[in-house]
Amino acid sequence: MKCIKQEISFTLNGGAVCVDVPVTTDTLTMLRDRLKLTGTKYGCGEGECGACTILVDGVAVNACLMFAVDCHGRELTTIEGVQTEDGLSTMQRAFVSCGATQCGFCTPGLIMQGTSLLNRSPDISVEQIKRGIEGNLCRCTGYHKVIDAIATALDSNRSAPKEHS
Amino acid sequence: MANVERYEAPESLPELTQILAEGPATMFAGGTDVVPQMRVGARPVRPTLININRLADLRGISESNGVVRIGGLTSVADILDCAFLKQVASVVVQAADCFASGQVRNAATLGGNICNASPAGDMIIPLLVLDAEVELASWRNACVARRRMPLCDFFTGPGKTCIEDAEVLAAVQFPVPKPHTVGRFRKFGTRPALDIAVVSVGLAGVKENGCFKDARVAFGAVAPTPIRGRNTEAALVHVELDGDRISDIAQVAEQEVSPISDVRASAWYRTHLIRELMERMLHEVHQTRD
Ligand SMILES: Cc1cc2nc3c(=O)[nH]c(=O)nc-3n(C[C@H](O)[C@H](O)[C@H](O)COP(=O)(O)OP(=O)(O)OC[C@H]3O[C@@H](n4cnc5c(N)ncnc54)[C@H](O)[C@@H]3O)c2cc1C
Ligand code: FES
Ligand code: FES
Repeated sequence: MKCIKQEISFTLNGGAVCVDVPVTTDTLTMLRDRLKLTGTKYGCGEGECGACTILVDGVAVNACLMFAVDCHGRELTTIEGVQTEDGLSTMQRAFVSCGATQCGFCTPGLIMQGTSLLNRSPDISVEQIKRGIEGNLCRCTGYHKVIDAIATALDSNRSAPKEHS
Repeated sequence: MANVERYEAPESLPELTQILAEGPATMFAGGTDVVPQMRVGARPVRPTLININRLADLRGISESNGVVRIGGLTSVADILDCAFLKQVASVVVQAADCFASGQVRNAATLGGNICNASPAGDMIIPLLVLDAEVELASWRNACVARRRMPLCDFFTGPGKTCIEDAEVLAAVQFPVPKPHTVGRFRKFGTRPALDIAVVSVGLAGVKENGCFKDARVAFGAVAPTPIRGRNTEAALVHVELDGDRISDIAQVAEQEVSPISDVRASAWYRTHLIRELMERMLHEVHQTRD
């Protein structure tokens, strides 16, 4: 199939980006192959694993299910953009301190999904955290440490100001 | 295979319907069905690709004159979070709660779920039991024309509906459920999240003094389209529920469906599940005070 290209511009991790993409390309392919941001992972390419989770206007979505052209005019945050001026974000630090990462393949997606849960409501239960990561598969950790990490980040964020959207 | 020669991202209904009137196009909203279908070549490519995600008018949930209206572009996440729907039509919210995952719900739209016309489409079942109508818009005689039809008449086969090439699903609407309406949605899958329903059951009706005054039942994934369970409905109304009666009604449900066997389940298992889900649902409804 041949297809035309479209020029789109959007905000990516705080900076302006302008690219032309084939109109049928998905956002994950654009991020990884075109913009060389390989932190967002390709696990399944069909919305099942969550390794490609990014924030679009602050909302977590699967980059593999989103048309790249639909990024036009929007604000994207990937794992490369969650760091703050002081270094790792609260969520990233919690993943490190709780040992929630093993092979690390699911980690960018889980950090993004965790960050979106944290931005939405700082007061959620462990049960809600479990439900919140239903769309993220991890083959290594058994999830317990991931859930601990997200709960820890929520705890430390309750006293601190909101850090990322 | 055709090439994609044009891309449009209209921002209003007049703009969109005029583009649709110009010739064959593929529309996408959330893209959660279209992106994977295009990637594997499961969808014929049309010359124009239209991003309908920017039509703000087609997004949102409202009520006026006793009618609830949900815009075609409303996301499943917005439905799940809607306090008003939770209060007046919780059966829709129950379905949104078993839908895919958080990430998919944020992107997936109601219009996309309906127009994808999967026999297992989760948002379709609760809307069938609420007697919903779809509103289809197109460009006619220099303005946007709208027609409505009952959702139960909309589906013609797996992935097939009555929508015409030049039409867009603008909204879904249904009467505000009467007081004492009970609504339930149950979906059976092999795991709680990210699963296509092996079967699903929806029920809504006015229940007073332990008895349904009216009832609507719908089944998912047991026929080429989502279907209403008219025989089950007839068996359910004006009957005082007890263990024996519930078992009889569940048997009517079982006899009413004729599913196929596929990779997810055998016909026998699906039929059995319909009976089981129906029975459990009725027991639960029976035990809940009116
Ligand atoms: C991992 C995964 C899990 C899923 N889980 C579930 C699930 O649990 N339950 C379930 O029911 N579905 C599920 N789905 C399927 C899908 O997410 C839903 O069908 C979704 O609602 C489609 O909405 P969309 O906006 O993404 O549609 P799109 O992919 O954008 O479009 C789907 C179809 O509808 C058409 N369309 C979209 N909007 C309109 C409109 N307003 N008017 C006319 N035509 C329109 C498009 O042209 C296309 O043919 C899942 C999908 C994935 C990838
Ligand atoms: S790569 Fe997108 S969900 Fe698996
Ligand atoms: S750490 Fe290996 S998949 Fe999660």
